[in-house]
Amino acid sequence: MNQLTALISGLVFGFGLILSGMTNPAKVIGFLDLFGKWDPSLALVMMGAIAVTFITFLYLGKRQKTLLGETLHFPGTSHIDARLIFGSFLFGVGWAYAGYCPGPAIVALGDGRYELLYFIIPMILGMKVIDLISHYLKNE
Amino acid sequence: MTINWLEFTPQSALAGGALIGIAAAILALFNGRIMGVSGIVSQLLTSGTPPKEHYRWRLLFIFGMLLSPMIYRAVAHIPKVQDHASITQLMIAGLLVGVGTRLGSGCTSGHGVCGLGRLSIRSLIATLCFMAAGFLACYYFLHGVKA
Repeated sequence: MNQLTALISGLVFGFGLILSGMTNPAKVIGFLDLFGKWDPSLALVMMGAIAVTFITFLYLGKRQKTLLGETLHFPGTSHIDARLIFGSFLFGVGWAYAGYCPGPAIVALGDGRYELLYFIIPMILGMKVIDLISHYLKNE
Repeated sequence: MTINWLEFTPQSALAGGALIGIAAAILALFNGRIMGVSGIVSQLLTSGTPPKEHYRWRLLFIFGMLLSPMIYRAVAHIPKVQDHASITQLMIAGLLVGVGTRLGSGCTSGHGVCGLGRLSIRSLIATLCFMAAGFLACYYFLHGVKA
């Protein structure tokens, strides 16, 4: 059951990214071009999504179990540090540079846009490097 | 700042956004997991041998994402995209996104769609940072060089 719902979630997520135009980097850059000719669409995508997740998490916060009665694996940390801020800043620059964040890049690859491998492989390498450094520092 | 009314697509943006929210809701309600793509991808590739149940749902989620355009095309039309990024640009952007999302523990889906929905202050700070960085970087890339 868990496997099936994960698959369905991935499918619906992909449909949403395609329908909202987020797999088109020009659409994303149109939103980030706040000081030029601004396309506010991405803000509405976020609002539409957050309206649904807000109600869902409100309900799960009371219930404290999944619908199948299993444990919730939500992050409990509320720690704000330089790592969070600096990392998010780097992510924002990379996002604006080509108009892709991880989700749309993967869906675009699935649509046969194989040039996205030039984005996804370095992305995975970057993730691995940070994980290895973090792991090393933790064990010091 | 002027609004680009020609490119603004409020209906499909809201409807697509709602679908993204529903996808996050399915994963939270049935799997008890946060739909954060950067986290899901990076934890698929951890070294060592994690237990099967830790990577199977992640693999299926990514598989669903990869499969979605094919099913979408069977019932609807996907407009042609405009992608002007060069290979070097894609590689540098990918590296920045990979490093940044691991340091910042999340991307647009995890911090933006799920974190803000959970009213997480940590996610709010992260989202404000990557949005601000995106606006500033975009200004530099599109208009900064000419000035």
